[in-house]
Amino acid sequence: MTTPTPAAFGAVDRTGRPTVVLVGHGMVGQRFLEALAEHGVTARARVVVLCEEPRPAYDRVHLTSYFSEGTSPQELSLVEDGFMARHGVELHVGDPAVAVDRDSRTVTSRSGLSISYDTLVLATGSYPFVPPVPGKDAEGCFVYRTIEDVLAIEAYAQGVTSGAVVGGGLLGLEAAGALRGLGLDTHVVEFAPRLMPVQVDDGGGAALRRSVEGLGVTVHTGVGTQEITTDDAGRVTGMALSDGSELPAGMVVFSAGVRPRDDLARACGLDVGERGGIVVDASCRTSDPAVFAIGECALAADGRVYGLVAPGNEMAETAARAIAGPDAPGAGFTGADTSTKLKLLGVDVASFGDAHGTADGALDVLYSDSRSGVYRKLVIGSDGTLLGGVLVGDVESYGVLRPLTGSVPPVAPEHLVLPAGAGAPVALGPTALPDEAVICSCHNVSKGAIRSAVADQGCAGVPEVKKCTKAGTGCGSCLKVLGQLVDAELEAGGVEVDRGLCPCFGQTRAELYEIVRTLRLTSYRDLLDRHGREDARGGEGCEVCKPAVASVLASLAPVIGASVHVLDGEQAALQDTNDHFLANMQKNGSYSVVPRIPGGEITPEKLIVIGEVARDFGLYTKITGGQRIDLFGARVEQLPLIWARLVAAGFESGHAYGKALRTVKSCVGSTWCRFGVQDSVRMAIDLELRYRGLRAPHKLKSAVSGCARECAEAQSKDFGVIATASGWNLYVGGNGGATPRHADLLAKDLSDAELVRLIDRFLMFYIRTADRLERTSVWLERIPGGLDHVRDVVVHDSLGICDELEALMAAHVAGYRDEWADTLDDPERLRRFVSFVNAPGTPDPTVRFVPERDQIRPEPLPVALTETVPV
Amino acid sequence: MTTLTGLAPVLTGTVELRTSSGWLAVCATADLEPGRGVAVLLPDGAQAAVFKDSTGRLYAIGNVDPFTGAGVLCHGLLGSAGGRPYVASPLLKQRFALADGRCLDDDAAAVASYPLRVS
Ligand code: SRM
Ligand SMILES: Cc1cc2nc3c(=O)[nH]c(=O)nc-3n(C[C@H](O)[C@H](O)[C@H](O)COP(=O)(O)OP(=O)(O)OC[C@H]3O[C@@H](n4cnc5c(N)ncnc54)[C@H](O)[C@@H]3O)c2cc1C
Ligand code: SF4
Ligand code: FES
Repeated sequence: MTTPTPAAFGAVDRTGRPTVVLVGHGMVGQRFLEALAEHGVTARARVVVLCEEPRPAYDRVHLTSYFSEGTSPQELSLVEDGFMARHGVELHVGDPAVAVDRDSRTVTSRSGLSISYDTLVLATGSYPFVPPVPGKDAEGCFVYRTIEDVLAIEAYAQGVTSGAVVGGGLLGLEAAGALRGLGLDTHVVEFAPRLMPVQVDDGGGAALRRSVEGLGVTVHTGVGTQEITTDDAGRVTGMALSDGSELPAGMVVFSAGVRPRDDLARACGLDVGERGGIVVDASCRTSDPAVFAIGECALAADGRVYGLVAPGNEMAETAARAIAGPDAPGAGFTGADTSTKLKLLGVDVASFGDAHGTADGALDVLYSDSRSGVYRKLVIGSDGTLLGGVLVGDVESYGVLRPLTGSVPPVAPEHLVLPAGAGAPVALGPTALPDEAVICSCHNVSKGAIRSAVADQGCAGVPEVKKCTKAGTGCGSCLKVLGQLVDAELEAGGVEVDRGLCPCFGQTRAELYEIVRTLRLTSYRDLLDRHGREDARGGEGCEVCKPAVASVLASLAPVIGASVHVLDGEQAALQDTNDHFLANMQKNGSYSVVPRIPGGEITPEKLIVIGEVARDFGLYTKITGGQRIDLFGARVEQLPLIWARLVAAGFESGHAYGKALRTVKSCVGSTWCRFGVQDSVRMAIDLELRYRGLRAPHKLKSAVSGCARECAEAQSKDFGVIATASGWNLYVGGNGGATPRHADLLAKDLSDAELVRLIDRFLMFYIRTADRLERTSVWLERIPGGLDHVRDVVVHDSLGICDELEALMAAHVAGYRDEWADTLDDPERLRRFVSFVNAPGTPDPTVRFVPERDQIRPEPLPVALTETVPV
Repeated sequence: MTTLTGLAPVLTGTVELRTSSGWLAVCATADLEPGRGVAVLLPDGAQAAVFKDSTGRLYAIGNVDPFTGAGVLCHGLLGSAGGRPYVASPLLKQRFALADGRCLDDDAAAVASYPLRVS
C-alpha cells in the first residue's frame, strides 16, 4: 500500500480526474456532497456515490412527520432538484458497497460495479440495535430508521389496535409518536428508571412522563423485555416483561439504541473501536489516510460516537475540507456539542452542556411545575458559569441558554428558570449573546456570522440569511432567535425595520389587536390619539388604518363591548367603501350584490327569486368562482330594495365586500357521489353558517371535499376540510390567487366536534396575530416556528389561550346578525343609500350601461385628468 | 380653481356651496357624518362631493374620479398627510387634497374645488 499525498489525489481515472467515492447517502453523506461542491472539489474530481436505500438522502430526523403531519417521502428529500446533475455527481441508488479492497483501492457494489478511488468516504450511519430476546424476528416486529420501516409499520398497523415500543429514549418516543399517529393504543417499555435517560435527569424524566402519559401513551419504566410472545401463525401478540407481567400488543417496534455500521470497514481491516465505530482522527481520516469516515459510523477523535445530525454535519465539512486540500481553512473535528432540542409526541424537551451536573462542585437551580408539565434545571459551576441544563415542557429559553453555556450569564440563574411573570425580570434576549455564540447548531452558524450576513452581505431578512448562511435550514429550532437577531442587526444598521401598520400607527395590526383587547378600547379615535404615532395623534387617520382598526374592533366587539354592526356610530366612517354600502363597488361606481349560498347548495325556489330580482332590477348575472351568484350593476339607491326582496326570500349578505369569511365551497359528497365517505355538503353549510360575518385581517375562504379526490379544492383554501373514512382532515394556509400555496395538514381524522373546535382556535389565533391584509398562507410562512408553532398553540394549547380563543368564537357565533336585514330595519342607516344628498330621487348619471350578450355591461366612461369649474 | 381651507366647524345650519350660478343649498350640517362624504348634483349636471372631517371641518371638491370617470369620490375614506386632509378614491385609491382638489399621487390630475358656507 502506498501512502497518498495529503490531498489524496494520487491516481487518476480514465477521465484524468481523481475519484472520490462516497459510500452511504444519508443525511451526513448529502451534507458532505454539498461541502465538496462548496469547496470546488466536484468541479475537478469525479464523485461517485453508492446509496443502499432505494431513494436518495432524506431527512431522517423528521421521519415521524410522515405520521404526524402527513409529510410525503418526496417532501422529506434533502437533495435539491438538479443537484447531482449540476455538480456532475454519479449517484447509484439501491446499490450498496459490498467490499473494499484497500490495496487496489477499489470498491465493489452489489450490482457488480467496481470503482477505483483515490479517496473513499464512509458515511454508512447506524443500524438499530435489536436486543437478543426470543421472538424478536416474529411477524409484527419492526425497527424505526428508514422510510421503508415507516411504510412497513404503517401497513402492518392497519390490522392491529395496539403497539409497544421497546426503549424510552429519543428514538423510542419518536416511534411511540408514530404509533399514536396511526391510532394505536401505545405502550413504551424502558429499562432505565426514567424516560430519555441519556438526555434528561430524574426530575425532567418525571415531567416528561406526565406529559407523555397525558397524550395517551402508557409508560412502563424500570422493566425489561424478556420475550416477544406470538400466536400459532408466528405473529406478535405481546411481550413478557422482566417483572413477570404480560403486555398484550399487536406489534412491537424496537428502539433500543443504534450501533455504528462499521462492518465494511472491519472487513477491509480498518481500525474500529472496542464498542464499534470506525476510528478517525481530527480530520475524520481513518487508519488508512485514503479513507475517511463521517457521521454516525465514525468513532471521533474524542473517543465518542455521535448519534446526532449536527456533529455529523461538522464531520462532513471537516472531511470535505481535508479532501479539498491543505489550504482550505477551518478547524478539525475533535468533539461536538450534543445539546438537543426535540419535540417528541408534541412535548418539547431540550438538554445542553453538562445536563447531569457531573463537573466538580456543580450546583443545580431548579424550577418544576407538575401541573403544567414544565421542568427547568440549570447546572451552575462554583464560579457561576452556566454548565448545562435540562428543559422539559417549555423550552423557549433554549435558544439563548445553549449559546451562553460556558460563560457567566448576565442575570442571576434563578431568573433564567422562573417563568415570565413569576419574579423573572425581562427575558434575556439574544442580543445579550456574544458573537461566538453558536445560534444554529445544525449548521454551526455563530451569532457573528449571522450579523455579518446582514451587515456586510446585505441580507435584508431571514429568508436571505437562511440562504446565505444555512442557519435555520436544519431542525429549525433556532428560527425564533434567528429572526430576533436579524431584526436587531437590521435596526442597528440603521435600516428602519418599521413594521408599523401605516403612517399613523407604529404598531403592527397584531399589536393593535392586543392593545384593543387588553385595554378594551372601542373607538378608533381613542386608539389613534393615545397610541398613534406622535404626529398622527389628533389627525384624520388614513385609509389604511381605518378599515384595519374597524376589522379589529369588529372581531373583538363581543368581548370589548363594541357594537356588532359594522355601520354603527364611528365605525361607519372607518369602513372601506364596500363595507360602508355592504356591496362591492364596480368600475363605474355601481355595485354588485352577492347573497350567501352556504356550501353552494340552493333550492330551485331560491334560484327563481335570484332570477326574478336580477330581471326586475336589470342586473347582470354571473356564477362566481366561489359557488354562488353575483348580481352586478345596482345603483346605491337600489341596494336596499334589492336586499329587501332577497331577505324576504330567506337570503342574507354573503360578505363578498368584507375582509371576512367568503364561501365554504363543497363537493356533492357521500349523499350522491359513489366515492364520498362523509357528507361534505352538510359540513360546508355548518361551517359557513358558523363563521359567516367573522371579520379577519384578510378574506377567509374554505371548502369541504367528501373524499380524497378533492373536488372542492379544499387544499387551496385558508382552511380546507377533506373527509376520511373515520372523520375529517383539516388543512390550513392554502391560497389561490397570484401566489398559490398548497395548504398544510394540521390534524387528521377529527370528529365533527374536534374539527369545529380546531377551526375555531385556528381562525381566532390567526385573527389575533396576523398583519393587515395577510392571508393565512402568508401568515403561516411568516410567523416564527410556522406550522409547528401554530399546531402547538391550537392543538396542544402551548400558550394556554385556547379557552379564550374558543370563547371569542362562541361570542362571535352568538352575536352574529345579518347586516342587510339590520340595515333595512334602521331608517337612520338607510338615509345613506342615495346618489345625491340634495336630489335623493335622482340616479347618478355617470352610471350607464350598454347591452352585451343579452345582459348589461358598464358603458365606458370618459376620463379627463383635470376638471375645472367656473367660479 | 379656488383655493380654500376647510370651513371651520359650525354646529347647525344649512351647508351651501358656490357654483357658477350662485350659492346652492346642499344639506343640513347634521346630514354629514364625520369622516365621510356625500355627493351633490349641481344645476349644470356636474357633481361635487362634500366632506366633514373628524374635527367637523367641511370641504367640497369634484365628485368624479378623474382616473375612472366614475362619480365616486364622495364614497372614499378620509385621511391626513402632513396635517393636510385628503380623500382616497375607492376605486384605484389615488388621494385628492380636500383643500384644493389636487391629486397627491399624480401632479397631472386634479378635481375642482368649491367654496362652502353655512347659513
Ligand atoms: C366575483 C369573483 C369573480 C367571479 O366572477 O367569479 C371575484 C371578484 C373579485 N375578486 Fe376574487 N373573485 C372571486 C373568486 C376568487 C377566487 C376563487 C375562489 O374563491 O374559489 C380566488 C382565488 C382563491 C383565493 O382567494 O385564494 C380569488 C382571488 C382574488 C384575489 C387574490 C387573493 C390572494 O390571496 O392572492 C384578489 C385580490 C385581493 O383580495 O387582494 C381578489 C379580488 C377580487 C375583487 C374584490 C377585486 C376588486 O377589488 O374589485 C373582485 C370583487 C368582486 C365583486 O365586486 O363582487 N380575488 N377570487 C369571485 C367571487 C367569489 C364569491 O362568490 O365570493
Ligand atoms: C426517527 C429518528 C429521529 C431522529 N431525530 C433526531 C433529532 O431530532 N436530532 C438529531 O440530531 N438526530 C436525530 N436522529 C438521528 C439522525 O437521523 C442521524 O444522526 C443522522 O441520520 C446520521 O446521518 P448519517 O448520514 O451518519 O447516517 P444515515 O442517515 O443513517 O445514513 C447512512 C446511509 O448509509 C447507507 N449505507 C449503509 N451501509 C451502506 C453501504 N455498504 N453501501 C451504501 N450505503 C450504505 C444507509 O442505508 C443509510 O442510507 C434521528 C433518527 C431517527 C431514526
Ligand atoms: S371529492 Fe370525492 S365525494 Fe366529493 S365529489 Fe369528488 S369524488 Fe365525490
Ligand atoms: S439549530 Fe437546527 S436549523 Fe438551526
